[in-house]
Amino acid sequence: MTLRVYVPGDAAALSVGSDAVARAISEQFSARHVNGSVVRNGSRGMLWLEPLVEVETPRGRIAYGPVAAQSVSSLFDAGFLEGKPHALYLGPTEEISYLKSQERLTFARCGVTDPLSLAEYIRHGGCKGLERALQLTSEGIVEVVVKSGLRGRGGAGFPTGIKWRTVLQAPADQKYIVCNADEGDSGTYADRMLMEGDPFLLIEGMTIAALAVGATRGYIYVRSEYPHAFRTLQRAVAIAHDNGYLGVNIASSGKPFDIEIRLGAGAYICGEETSLLESLEGKRGQVRYRPPLPAIQGLFGKPTVVNNVISLATVPVILDKGAEFYQNLGTGKSRGTLTIQLSGNVKRGGLVETPFGLTLRQAIYDYGGGTASGRPFRAVQVGGPLGAYFPESLLDTPLDYEAFTLQKGLLGHGGIVVFDDTVDLARQARFAMEFCAVESCGKCTPCRIGSTRGAEVIDRIIAGQNRTQNFELLDDLCELLLDGSLCALGGLIPYPIQSAIRHFPEDFDKAAASRVALAGHLHRGDNDDSHPRN
Amino acid sequence: MERYAWDAERASTLIQELAHMPGALLPILHALQEEFGYIDRSAIPLISDALNLSHAEVHGVISFYHDFRYEPPGKHVLRLCRAEACQSMGGESTVRHVESRLGIQVGETTHDNAFTLEPVFCLGNCALSPSVMLDGELYGRVSPEVVDLLIDDVRRRG
Repeated sequence: MTLRVYVPGDAAALSVGSDAVARAISEQFSARHVNGSVVRNGSRGMLWLEPLVEVETPRGRIAYGPVAAQSVSSLFDAGFLEGKPHALYLGPTEEISYLKSQERLTFARCGVTDPLSLAEYIRHGGCKGLERALQLTSEGIVEVVVKSGLRGRGGAGFPTGIKWRTVLQAPADQKYIVCNADEGDSGTYADRMLMEGDPFLLIEGMTIAALAVGATRGYIYVRSEYPHAFRTLQRAVAIAHDNGYLGVNIASSGKPFDIEIRLGAGAYICGEETSLLESLEGKRGQVRYRPPLPAIQGLFGKPTVVNNVISLATVPVILDKGAEFYQNLGTGKSRGTLTIQLSGNVKRGGLVETPFGLTLRQAIYDYGGGTASGRPFRAVQVGGPLGAYFPESLLDTPLDYEAFTLQKGLLGHGGIVVFDDTVDLARQARFAMEFCAVESCGKCTPCRIGSTRGAEVIDRIIAGQNRTQNFELLDDLCELLLDGSLCALGGLIPYPIQSAIRHFPEDFDKAAASRVALAGHLHRGDNDDSHPRN
Repeated sequence: MERYAWDAERASTLIQELAHMPGALLPILHALQEEFGYIDRSAIPLISDALNLSHAEVHGVISFYHDFRYEPPGKHVLRLCRAEACQSMGGESTVRHVESRLGIQVGETTHDNAFTLEPVFCLGNCALSPSVMLDGELYGRVSPEVVDLLIDDVRRRG
């Protein structure tokens, strides 16, 4: 029997040397005359342990990590092929508590299988959702998705089934399924991991969506910062085609469906669905006015389902296990599982899929283990560059859509970026405005001009100039952005800024504080030591 | 990275191969940039003709997207992530180090044409911050020392 060793080929694992580890293992196989093979799986999502090497043994898969190429020889010496102890030994992979305590539905296969083996995909439960969908009518599929309570995982949280129903009911000669894989939020990588680790799942989800609404063509719009995901998807689509899962007669159903992978070009705004559609049409990625909704007039003016990667990849498990099974997980109006991504200054960064309801504190401490630097925690930004900064006092907020809205934050795509006490929230607020200025599509005035003026106002506040008036001006500007912007970029950029001011006012007061100290030294009063408004 | 000198005939062939696609402009621009490292301004009339667009429309799209360039980049392109997760792990100190080491600012190319520094807002490697991408290869948990090694390594290889 051939021994199988798993070394992830996921971009995150590659970024810390997994290719060199895979090569070293192959070399040891030859040198030691061992009949073994290296499987390049996706990542399990325990990213601080990458490269995480697994060995298949009679007791299941045994994990070692993080493995450097230099440690490979000693792993062989220690008998890691029989799962024997070594300094990097982590025990059976499935027993590692970080993973064991999760409820992996969407990510059930990610990191387990060879992402481009269709046979393994099917052996591990793939295609069951599609089989079920093929037994249902379009209306029947839509009803299952509506009942499951699945909400869009891209950030907005709109019910997926309702969107599908709108497209189904829109009469047209051509409809499209568009997968939004423009995962631009800092702190997020769930889409990337899934596309690289289980690409057939996304294809299956899109195929089910096509059957549900009567679409014959699909596009996956992948950001150009994800070249690995782009290549994996291209190969997966070709394999699905060769095996009759895409093409003129999908899974012998008599129905046609095809998918094309398109590359973005470094514009954050193209994660906004109407801007993404413009980009797919070959135009500047400028936001469209709504109505009409993309579900009525989307790509090339036709009814279009635009869904995030995780939303689409969750549909197969819902079809397979039933709406009720999925609906029974979660809390309040947030049903099913949430894939959070622990990022930034956190000891155990990685992907955690659990039912909605985990608190921010549990995520950061129970899973994340606190800060990576070992310094005190100070702030966390949830939901990407448009998400609010929360202080310690808000860590008991549960991770669900409504709870975050209540705290003037947003869950977004589930990215959690942790900062230690070296962070300067005034700089972070300044960065948010600058980011908005750089990435604004330029269509609406509040976002295009407001972001540039906003950065200047924050600069003046930081410099201690006319603070009272400038805080008032910034407040006014934020209100205008919230109410007057065409899309979520301008409309949500006040969140990180206002939360920074609300929860960390002292960071905006440093210039004033140092001036007071200086003034005290000179025995002179300071007439400009106003505090930010809460 | 393997690149070819600008060649109008080769560009026309690439454009013709893709012009039939619905929404062909981005795929065409990517193909040109992959082939030549940049989009020569003389490609604009070729694309306009093939897609029946005005020169302004084509220029408008090229200039909208951060990825597309009108000038050839240096031999090696080093993209430095400046987004929040990398900031939280001291990414900005690595950025400053690289800038002073190469004597250029982010967005510029070294005089010997060896390196172009580009900002990028998230490479999707946020649990292993800070991250950089050198000629399409992703590197995580970088520090000034690690980036120095990467620069030395590609310099040695030429």
